[in-house]
Amino acid sequence: MSDRLSVFKTYKLYVGGKFPRSESGRVYEVTDSKGTWLANAPLASRKDARDAVVAARKAFGGWSGATAYNRGQILYRIAEMLEGRRDQFIAEVADAEGLSKSKATAQVDAAIDRWVWYAGWSDKVAQIAGGANPVAGPYFNLSSPEPTGVVAVLAPQESSFLGLVSVIAPAIVTGNTVIAVASEDSPLPALSLAEVLATSDLPGGVVNILSGRTAEIAAPLAAHQDVNAIDLAGADAGSAKDLETAAADNLKRVLRPGTTDWTADPGTDRLLAFLETKTVWHPMGV
Amino acid sequence: MTWRYARRYAPLVTMPITVPAYGKEAAGRLASMADVTADDGALRRFLHGLPGVDAVGLEARAATLGTRSIKTTAKAYAIDLAISMIDLTTLEGADTPGKVRALCAKGIHPDPTDRTSPKVAAICVYPDMVATAKEALGDSGVHVASVATAFPAGRAALPVKLADTRDAVAAGADEIDMVIDRGAFLSGRYMEVFEEIKAVKEACARPGGTSQTESGGGSAAHLKVIFETGELQTYDNVRRVSWLAMLAGADFIKTSTGKVAVNATPPVTLLMLEAVRDFHAATGVQVGVKPAGGIRTTKDAIKYLVMVNETLGERWLTADWFRFGASSLLNDLLMQRQKLSTGRYSGPDYVTVD
Amino acid sequence: MTFDYAPAPESRAVVDIAPSYGLFIDGEFAPACDGKVFKTVSPSSEEVLSEVAQAHADDVDRAVKAARKAFEKWSALPGAERAKYLFRIARIIQERSRELAVLESLDNGKPIRESRDADLPLVAAHFFYYAGWADKLDHAGYGQNPRPLGVAGQVIPWNFPLLMLAWKIAPALATGNTVVLKPAETTPLSALFFADICRQAGLPKGVVNIITGDGSTGAALVAHPDINKVAFTGSTEVGKAIARTVAGTDKKLTLELGGKAANIVFDDAPIDQAVEGIVNGIFFNQGHVCCAGSRLLVQESVQDELLDALKRRMQTLRVGDPLDKNTDIGAINSAEQLARITALVDAGEAEGAERWAPACELPGSGYWFAPTLFTGVTQAHRIAREEIFGPVLSVLTFRTPAEAVEKANNTPYGLSAGIWTEKGSRMLWMASKLRAGVIWSNTFNKFDPASPFGGYKESGFGREGGRHGLEAYLNV
Repeated sequence: MSDRLSVFKTYKLYVGGKFPRSESGRVYEVTDSKGTWLANAPLASRKDARDAVVAARKAFGGWSGATAYNRGQILYRIAEMLEGRRDQFIAEVADAEGLSKSKATAQVDAAIDRWVWYAGWSDKVAQIAGGANPVAGPYFNLSSPEPTGVVAVLAPQESSFLGLVSVIAPAIVTGNTVIAVASEDSPLPALSLAEVLATSDLPGGVVNILSGRTAEIAAPLAAHQDVNAIDLAGADAGSAKDLETAAADNLKRVLRPGTTDWTADPGTDRLLAFLETKTVWHPMGV
Repeated sequence: MTWRYARRYAPLVTMPITVPAYGKEAAGRLASMADVTADDGALRRFLHGLPGVDAVGLEARAATLGTRSIKTTAKAYAIDLAISMIDLTTLEGADTPGKVRALCAKGIHPDPTDRTSPKVAAICVYPDMVATAKEALGDSGVHVASVATAFPAGRAALPVKLADTRDAVAAGADEIDMVIDRGAFLSGRYMEVFEEIKAVKEACARPGGTSQTESGGGSAAHLKVIFETGELQTYDNVRRVSWLAMLAGADFIKTSTGKVAVNATPPVTLLMLEAVRDFHAATGVQVGVKPAGGIRTTKDAIKYLVMVNETLGERWLTADWFRFGASSLLNDLLMQRQKLSTGRYSGPDYVTVD
Repeated sequence: MTFDYAPAPESRAVVDIAPSYGLFIDGEFAPACDGKVFKTVSPSSEEVLSEVAQAHADDVDRAVKAARKAFEKWSALPGAERAKYLFRIARIIQERSRELAVLESLDNGKPIRESRDADLPLVAAHFFYYAGWADKLDHAGYGQNPRPLGVAGQVIPWNFPLLMLAWKIAPALATGNTVVLKPAETTPLSALFFADICRQAGLPKGVVNIITGDGSTGAALVAHPDINKVAFTGSTEVGKAIARTVAGTDKKLTLELGGKAANIVFDDAPIDQAVEGIVNGIFFNQGHVCCAGSRLLVQESVQDELLDALKRRMQTLRVGDPLDKNTDIGAINSAEQLARITALVDAGEAEGAERWAPACELPGSGYWFAPTLFTGVTQAHRIAREEIFGPVLSVLTFRTPAEAVEKANNTPYGLSAGIWTEKGSRMLWMASKLRAGVIWSNTFNKFDPASPFGGYKESGFGREGGRHGLEAYLNV
């Protein structure tokens, strides 16, 4: 038994590829399922949310304009990086969710595998969601999916890591950029994921992670005029209606909360939820 | 593009005063564009710098104009106008003086039962029939048009083509319908085509007259330049050849010989009308248009007149500036004309078969 | 003598409009529960065409109940049987297309050339297209045996009354839903004639219910607790209100809303066809088109020649009697819409843009607006930002492709855009950069049932048409 005093980690937000503290200077206490103190997490404010939107918007052009192959490679790289820090995440998830080591391991492994699953979708989604349309005239007509834009994601409250990955990965693989609000009570795996994202060739701003009170951060995001869509996975039933109402102001695409088994095969629903179909016509003639 | 040129040729910017292509002043206007025809390279750059043509859009526009519904008084006007614009044509190996004389008689009095019917614009024949036609038409005012330049293929040496032209002019042809060398055009020898048209235009001069005098005795025959658009295939080619011919001095540009599978079509004609419009805007020179081949019904003819009306306007709605190269069209126009005046449908027994 | 086209009116005799119409609920026409009615007028003459029922919330409820009752059997029908009903409807529309075209021109004010050559053929084609899907849903990419949602509440606009009905009803029925549809207040008649087509086709009672009324009827429909799906085409403002109404419910929502499309002309464009595309883009259907090319973005180097050509072309547009076969631009749909157009045009002049319209005699009665263009427009002008929904074109310029993209995308809307260039690589680059759901390159305002249609951003969400159009009506 060493008497060496361990070094704590200061958990920070992840915005625009950087790790700022909350501009509000606030933190909140994060405990494990038994109430033992784990860390102080940043208590993000509406201004942090605003900054995250700016970062996500700035990153959108480059990320959506990258080749699908390139995006797939980067998502796969995230899986590789996670694999290397597997033990850390197992410990964090076990603490956060009060799971046994073997159950936490299953969650982390599933999360890593989920990155791999979505990474492979990058250059295939257009082939299942788009295609040539046989119009009744001399026109070339092609529909292809494009990312919706900046997506606010309220990560699931219970599944702090697998759930988080399951909502971020499908949004970004198609070229969207994301502001993710971590599980309110269990934000640490999310904040640690930021460290992985920062070292996986993912351009800064593509994923931004905020911790704090979901309701406080979600409200300005739902109302923000420069956010194009919102995933309400982590919203409680009471606030979901208000958030959807606020989202109507600029007609955000809204993915309503539902009961999701994050360990199940995710299918393509979340992948397709934040896509726009663009149809291009061009005459054919000599 | 034309307006770009209109701007380049600054003196012409403010809608130049219109001059006919066959008039004296036209040569001066063309001279102002001399730099684009200075050499092969300049001509190629100019023609390839013309705005592209989107085939689908052009065809859609022509089709939409084809939906105009021309009724009652407008129809009566259009029918008489169309009759007066016909180059009544016989271009058969079996043509004889008798056949040509019969056609001439029909051209002067298209409807033997109704002397109010207008006469046609011209009788169009092979060069060896010009004298016969000229004699038959006399002072009726109906012109004699002659195809020339080794019509319809145009595959002969230039001296032969010029001799062919001069023969027809000498025999009294008022108008010459020449064919361009499509082979030269398609292989990109634009200057060769340009020079050939210029040479034929010179051959249209009548001995004793000049090549640039007004119509009438001793004047030059007017030159119609046939592109055989069915062989040029693309609309871009049609726009280029239209400009090429107008720059070379064509008085009329004409779609087809009537001897190939694809003859005049509404979109090709519309495109040529647009080229004439743009050329006029740039130079002030007025050039005529003649669709030929395949126009058989009153309905079709009216569609063409609508295109002229809505593309070039009233100034072109005379036989001086628009012609139909046709033969069977006349009888259909006459039957429709009889229907309008009597209220009952006519039949082929009530028009003459020639 | 000039070539003046004599009047060529399409005969009104092919249409027999009844003096009054009830609500079409559960296969029967019936008056509103409170007996309220309103008049529908012909916008070209202000003549009253008929009186229709103003549906009360209780009528809406009755219609939803009828649709709910019909849903069980209809959704249980084999797809092949539903398909045959839709094929019947498509065929009857073809048979009655002249009648319906005349009716549409009377009630809406659009030229008969367009109702005859655009609206009606597309209406029939839409039913044909979705008829074919009804028994092939397993192959549509939404999993095995995808289920319908239930009762669809559909609210449609006045600009393409029957076509918008087709866009709503055809996919809904093909997928096994039943519908309650509310046509626009100013154009209820073709939907009521469609009810008769449903009768002729033998469609089971309650599968299609048509309720007429104003905005309050529409609001009652979308708020009804027993509908499962809301589909709306109309203004962005109303679309947002509907999105708020359905917030927190399980109702699936698709919205097809406004636009302020850029029609971008490069200096290498096929100029004559670009001019036609611009004219078709903004003057088709009096500019009452959500995807209208209302902002012309022209490259500065070609501005003068393009505008000369455009003005020359505009001088040949024929404004007048919608039933005259030679009319290019018909009547503005309503006095309200005319007032809105006039107000925005006045704002354009007040803000310093230069207004131009060809000399054009407008009829004395009815609602009319001459085809108009504004030059000297900047991004800041209201006429460059707000949807005018009338025959008014705002002309802006750009210098480089990047500037064109930036200006084109600088709007909360994102429904459509046009690109005119002969250079393929530039066209594809532009098409990839423009944030809009439909990109017309070297063409404009083309529609097809197989081609998905719908917007980005505040132009709404969801797609109508094509395989994509099925999703809005399936539980996926």
